[in-house]
Amino acid sequence: MKILVCISNVPDTTSKINFTEGDTKFDTNGVQFVINPNDEFGLTRAMWFKEKQGAVVHVATVGGPQTEPTIRKALAIGADEAIRVDAEPTDGFFVARQLAEVVKNGGYDLIIGGRESIDYNGGMVPGILATLLDMNFVNTCIGLEVDGSNATAIREIDGGKEKISTSLPLVIGGQKGLVEESDLRIPNMRGIMMARQKKLNVVDPVDAPMRTNDKKFEKPAPKGPVKLVEADNVAGLVDLLHNEAKVI
Amino acid sequence: MPVLVYTESDKGKFKKNAFEVASYAHKVAQDLGDTVTAVTINNEENETLGNYGVSKVLKVSNEKLNPFNAKAYANVLAQAAEAEGAKVIILSSSADTKFLAPILTTKRNGGYVPNVVAAPVSTSPFVVKRTAFSNKGFAHTEITSETKIIGVSNNAFGAVENSTSVNVGDFAPSLGDGDFTTKSVEVDKVMGKVTIADADIVVSGGRGLKGPENWGMIEELAKVLGAATACSKPVSDLGWRPHSEHVGQTGKPVASNLYIAIGISGAIQHLAGVSASKTKVVINNDPEAPFFKAADYGIVGDAFEVVPKLIEKLKEFKVQNG
Repeated sequence: MKILVCISNVPDTTSKINFTEGDTKFDTNGVQFVINPNDEFGLTRAMWFKEKQGAVVHVATVGGPQTEPTIRKALAIGADEAIRVDAEPTDGFFVARQLAEVVKNGGYDLIIGGRESIDYNGGMVPGILATLLDMNFVNTCIGLEVDGSNATAIREIDGGKEKISTSLPLVIGGQKGLVEESDLRIPNMRGIMMARQKKLNVVDPVDAPMRTNDKKFEKPAPKGPVKLVEADNVAGLVDLLHNEAKVI
Repeated sequence: MPVLVYTESDKGKFKKNAFEVASYAHKVAQDLGDTVTAVTINNEENETLGNYGVSKVLKVSNEKLNPFNAKAYANVLAQAAEAEGAKVIILSSSADTKFLAPILTTKRNGGYVPNVVAAPVSTSPFVVKRTAFSNKGFAHTEITSETKIIGVSNNAFGAVENSTSVNVGDFAPSLGDGDFTTKSVEVDKVMGKVTIADADIVVSGGRGLKGPENWGMIEELAKVLGAATACSKPVSDLGWRPHSEHVGQTGKPVASNLYIAIGISGAIQHLAGVSASKTKVVINNDPEAPFFKAADYGIVGDAFEVVPKLIEKLKEFKVQNG
């Protein structure tokens, strides 16, 4: 089985978000970039397929040279090879179109993406990719087993979960649950050293006109101070929720 | 050309978000000088949509579409858009709809913007306001493709009544085996409990509750309020509560009217996931907990004393207010 894990290079979850150039760009100043958490759960599941079922695991990202530390981290975790499509990821369709090209050229059986990136939250790349390539697709995937060309996936639904039976080639939009938080791996020194020797192929993008364009960003309006209620005046809280906030 | 809206059903009845997306579609149609056509799948109360500005319903009845199947549903909507010549398609933010949206987008060569929180900023150019950076910011996003697909956030626009004469007609899309190559084997859903996605009120517990055995009062508070229960990331990582209750940046987003956080300190990732809630209440014994800076109302106190009192007072409130 040949697996491609699609990785988005995103601001660390603890990042403070600011905008620059007249609020038209995300301000990367002082921001630490990481593997998108939803993708990292998928990458870790791919490592399981590599170790238990002999799968070959490649990672791909769409981004400029600044994304290479994140790609090297994925290689240090254990991916065998990496592909970087050398282009700024302008919108979800553009990214999916680039990855479709990578999949066509690489002949992958299973493509693991994340439910959404934690920066632009589009949540569309795996689904568009699957549809462009006419592959099966399972979103919000929290469990995946592969037996030959058959796949069983667990999908999170509103208020529960659903077991789905399908077949390869398959694209999933993964998230926590594919593996547990405690299964995530921190690259060790040997992994980091080996990652330096692994192939990181840089490829040119294909043409894919923009369909959506973020013109301007804004931050949430600043919040007023919290209204504190004394612990022995719980009735006061009920009153505020009813008469002021009007939520009960 | 009408604005097309997909109004979701659950067991033949409309989901709460169906009326929100119908209302949103009506607003967009007004801006464009068009009408609204809704698509329903295996729904028994189609006429209700007339209350929310829908003038035509394409009613799809097909046993093969039960349970939900993303590819087949996307194909139904793509054929409906084709039949109606619709260039604007309005969707919800449910797990099912977010699953089918990218498939539909690709079939219609459209541009898709999810997490939209307000009526379009303008329709020429077509610009919508959506959340980004996991609720730490907003983006004004222009959709430049001819077909525009909008995913409206839960509980953002609201259901707006608008009585319209509605014409319900059968619509029979053509579906083949190729639409059913992913098969639902089993659905495991807690019955009779309000889900986090649909809840008006969410009661959430954190590590401050010390252990899973103390969740009885959280469940009871939720029951009194008709609320969904949720938890912080550490609580789900520790296995105290199921993953499906984890809310926050890597868990489920919350956009309820009222969010009550008990024993949750308010890490930036947690706050990002719940900040779309309209009113936030925090109960925590640590006055320095970051959540107090993000909340509307707060009680500094021991949850084990405050929560039982709150349950008691809410019960009294319920009796007085029916």
